[in-house]
Parts: sequence; structure tokens; C-alpha cells
Amino acid sequence: MKRVALLGMPNTGKSTFFNRITGASARVGNWPGMTVELMTAKLLIGSSMVEFIDLPGIYDLPGLSEDEKVVERFLETMPLDLLIVVVNTTQIERQLGLLLQLRQLQLPTLVVLNMADEAQQFGVKVDIERLSKSLGMSMVSISAKYGQGYPAFHQEIQKLLADSTPSTVQGLPHFLSHEELAPQVDALIKQSVEVPLQLSPTLTHKLDRIFLNRWLGLPLFFLIMYLLFQGIFLLGTPLQDGMEWILTAFKETYLAPLLMDLPKPLQGLLLDGIYDGVGTVATFIPMILLFFLFMTVVEDSGYLSRAAFLMDVLMSKMGLDGRSFVMILMGFGCNVPALMGTRVMQSRRLRLLSMLVIPFALCSARLQVFLFFIAILFTADQAPLVLLSLYIASFAAAFGTAYLFKGRFANSEPFILEIPPYRLPTLRHMFLRSWLELQHFVGRASNFIVIGVILVWVLTHFPPAADPASAETLAGRLGNFLAPIFEPIGIEAQLVIALMFGFVAKEIVVGALAVIYGLNDSHLTQAIVQHVDWVQAYSFMLFTLLYSPCLSTVATIRQESQNLRFTIFSLLWSFGLAWVVCFIFYQSARWLMH
Amino acid sequence: MSSTSLAQLKPGQIGIVTNLDIEEGLYRRLLATGVRIGKPIEMLRSIFSHGPLHVRIGMTEIMLRRTEAQNIKVTITS
Repeated sequence: MKRVALLGMPNTGKSTFFNRITGASARVGNWPGMTVELMTAKLLIGSSMVEFIDLPGIYDLPGLSEDEKVVERFLETMPLDLLIVVVNTTQIERQLGLLLQLRQLQLPTLVVLNMADEAQQFGVKVDIERLSKSLGMSMVSISAKYGQGYPAFHQEIQKLLADSTPSTVQGLPHFLSHEELAPQVDALIKQSVEVPLQLSPTLTHKLDRIFLNRWLGLPLFFLIMYLLFQGIFLLGTPLQDGMEWILTAFKETYLAPLLMDLPKPLQGLLLDGIYDGVGTVATFIPMILLFFLFMTVVEDSGYLSRAAFLMDVLMSKMGLDGRSFVMILMGFGCNVPALMGTRVMQSRRLRLLSMLVIPFALCSARLQVFLFFIAILFTADQAPLVLLSLYIASFAAAFGTAYLFKGRFANSEPFILEIPPYRLPTLRHMFLRSWLELQHFVGRASNFIVIGVILVWVLTHFPPAADPASAETLAGRLGNFLAPIFEPIGIEAQLVIALMFGFVAKEIVVGALAVIYGLNDSHLTQAIVQHVDWVQAYSFMLFTLLYSPCLSTVATIRQESQNLRFTIFSLLWSFGLAWVVCFIFYQSARWLMH
Repeated sequence: MSSTSLAQLKPGQIGIVTNLDIEEGLYRRLLATGVRIGKPIEMLRSIFSHGPLHVRIGMTEIMLRRTEAQNIKVTITS
């Protein structure tokens, strides 16, 4: 099999390009000898199978950040047939430096001048034939976003791969710095690139006058976030109800009669255990999909880096910077990629402090637990506000933690962030991205959930003589054992079991509840209303939010920090914080209500 | 023409970079974003008194903090 690696600076549309050529076939893979996961996809090009690897975006070689070191290690150890360097045509002036550094590797290289559409709009013109000849590299011009220029790309890559042999770099060269390369870059630009002397005021500048306005910027930011969550609720709730109805109907009309002849306990395990557990989680798929669709819009439009700009003052007071804030926002999708995103930071202390706060970001798996409880115990009017309060709690926990520990992780990392022009997200990319994220979510969920749900079922149904989920079962005994810890914060024994499984993955929690209470959707709702009031439920949600996201997050923290003590510290801190916050909330709410 | 630091530029003003008095890591990152001696750099905005600056170098817009901008010396051209 042939191997092709994609490289380029951040914000060159490299990942969009990767998605465009590989479609939905991409997956995250582990690499031997690499500490990180990289996106890869296998494609048939001409008559040979080709493996494409999307390397992290880098600015400079030799590397300063973890991302750049990853790329260096990769180039040093992996035999490659071809290197594809993606360049943002509009910014070709400053991206040629990296290209010249990569040329020192003397690998077969194809340069992809991306964002041809934007370059045209900004009046940047490149004489491709001339530049390609001067550099001695093949070059094609495309627009990854709108899918222009692909036939030429495919023709070129086929030609380059037709009789290629994989080659490994014989020891990394001494890379010339951007400074040393400057005269060469200037000469190349002068010879084959036309850049407009005067920039005409663009839409981006007009929009920035509003979104980055001194007075409007922050209120608009919070309004956008608020509308986002309102939108998810408004569109998601009917979809979720529909999904629930279908699943229940399917169970009652087809599944239950089909399994009639099986022995009772097995029937119970299959129907009330696995089907209800997995089904309850499945009803959240529309909400999760909507969440990622909206997040993709915020990200692709270029608004995310504006958010970093607006929030940097606040973040710097807590020893963090605008990037940490963006990572926390990304963490609202899933904490794991957000933790990996801290690799762009050069200072280890800043990275650790960011890693300490990211797990407080209310991720999509926790969102699903909250949506479930909120729908049961609060009115439709209250629902978005309750959820908003949890998001605020999430931020408060993250910011408070950073503020408390900024002294221990003091750093002086300079902060530079690119602010790309506003871009209209394409529907294609929105759906592709959300689809991949959803696959991740379902993949993660299904890995844990079937095993988790079976385990919950066993714990709540053994010994068989006891009533299911009663105090005499294994789960009941475990719950009672832990009661002294959880009683003061208003979390009853059944919910403690759910929390224990939630430590493995939050995706299991709702499924576990369905099993613990031994009921399907509509009855589960009633059972919870009978057992739990809103104060207890809110305390449970606060605890779920704060106590430790899931095993994958813990494993990621361990891997990224390469430090077991830090990992344990992070776990203990979040657990302790969860308990204290819930204790204060629960006791004062009870006291106020009496 | 007067010499000052990037942090002192007003929105709309353009300065030519004359000196980069900064540590190695930041220096290399700035070079990679297109900032180097002799290049023009335009102040777009700084909206909070202690907040970051939004500047443009060629076709690239970046934000950076005031503390770092104070060590980038420029001569104002317009």
C-alpha cells in the first residue's frame, strides 16, 4: 500500500481538503511510536490502494509545540510515497517559508494551492506554472470548500503515484528558519505572485465592526450561545419524542411478542436491560447531531477565533488565554479532542492548567443526561434556563479552578492567534463533520453501553430472590454502603449506582436508569417523578457535571500530560469540587424551602 | 515618521516593523505569521484597555497581546 501525508499551516483548509478527498471513510487511528491519534483514510487511486494521513497543522520546523514535534517524529520515521502540502493561496506570501522548509526533506511533493475562490475574491493572483517550475514541485490550484479543481488534482496525484517508491527521510535536515528563507520567499513572490497593494474593505471588516465592537461584542457572543441552545431544544425535542415513540412501538408490537417464549430472566435482560438501555440513549441522537451541526457553523464561520479575542482579557486573569477558552468551547462537544487540542500550546504549565479545566466543559454525553432529567422535572419554559444554568456552572467550575491554581501553573506563554476571514459554512461540510462526530459518539457509547447496561442489570437483579433494584440486590448493597457520602448531597442509592457507571462513560447513565428502575421510557419518567424532586435532580446533575467526565477523558489526560500524579490530582479535585458544590446547593435549597 | 511600539498604534494606522525585541519562541511564531523587520503592520482594533490587539500583516490577520506588542518597535507611516 502507498502512503501519502497531508501537511500545512493551520487555517489552510487542510482538513476540509482531507474530508473532501476521503469522504466519510476517514477514521481516527493509532500510530506505532506516535503518542497521538491521526486521521487516516484508505482510497483507491488509479490501480493502487493509498493511505492518506492528515498531520496536525504546523507553522514552523523544527518544532516548538507538541503538534510540530509530532509532525517531525512522523516525517522522521514513516516511509512516504508523497507529501501533499496544502497552502492557503491568499496568504501564500507567508506560507512559502514552510514549503521551502519541507522542500529540504527532498521527498516527492505535491503542492495544493487551496482557497482559490477566496484568493480570487481578494485579488491574489499566482502564476502557478512559473512558481511550480522555480520550486521544482508539482502544483495544483483548488477550492476544497466548493470542490473546484479536483480533476486536475486527481490527474496529478495519479501521475505522481504511478511509479512511486516509499522513501524515508535519512535523518531530518537542519531546517532553515523563516528568517533565513525570507530573501528566497521574497524573490519567489516577486516573480510569480500578484498581491493587491490596497485592500478594499471586505464583508469581513464590516462584520468585525459589529461582532468585535467594544460594547456589542460580548453581549452578542452570549446571545449567540443562548440562541444556539434554544435552537437545539426547539428543534431537538420533537425529533426526540418521535424517536422515543418509534422505539416503544417497535418494542411492544414486534420485539415483546417475538421474545415471549424465552425464559423470564433472559427476556428481562434483553427487553428491559439492553433494548431499553440502548434505546433510551438512541433517542438522544437527534439532539447530539443538532449540537454538532450548530457547533460546526460556529467553528467554520470563523467566529470561534473572534470568541477567543473577546474572552482573552478575562482568560488572562486566570492564567489562561483565548485558546484555552476555545478549547473549553470545543469541550462542549467532547472533552477528549479538546484535551488533545492543547498541543498547540508551547508552555507545559499553560497546557496542564488548560487540561485541568477542560473536563468541566459540559460535553454532549453529559448534555444527554441533563436533557433527560430536565424534560422530566421542569416545564418547557424552565427547561432552557435550567440548562443554561448548568452551562454557567460548567464555566464557573472551569474558571474558578483556573483562578485557584494559576499560581501553581504560572506561565508567560505569548499568545498569537490567527483571525481568518468570515466564511459561509457549506452544508456538505456541516453534515459530514456532524456525521463523523455522531459516529464517534455512537461508537464510544456502544463500546461501553452494552457491557455497562448488562452489568447494571446484573447488579440490580442479583441475587434473584431479591426484588429488582431493591436494597437487597448487589446494587442496593453497594448504594447503601456509599449512602453516607451521597445522602448529604441528596442523591439516593439508585442514582448512586448510575453515577458509578457514569464514571466509565456518561453515555451509560440514562440507559442505566432505565435498567435500575426496570421500566421503559414513559414509565421511567413516572418512576423518576415519584422518587426524585427537582432539588435532588439538580444536585444529581451538578454532581454529574463536575465529578469526572469519563474514563476516556481520564485516559487522555494521562496520555497528554504524561504524568500520573497530575491525572490523579485532576480526578481528586473534580470529585471533591463536585461534592462540595452539591452539598452547598442541596443543603441551602432544603433550608430555604423549609 | 516617528518611532513607537506596535501597542501604541491607533486603529487604521500602519507601522513598519523596525525591531523585534522578543524571545526566540515568539520570534519564530511571528515570523511564521508574516511579521518581520521591514514589513508593514496595520492596527485594526483593540477594544479593551488591557485586551489583545487585532492587527493585519499582508493578507493575514492575527491577534496578539499588548505585552508582546510593546516589544515590537515600528515607525508610523500613516
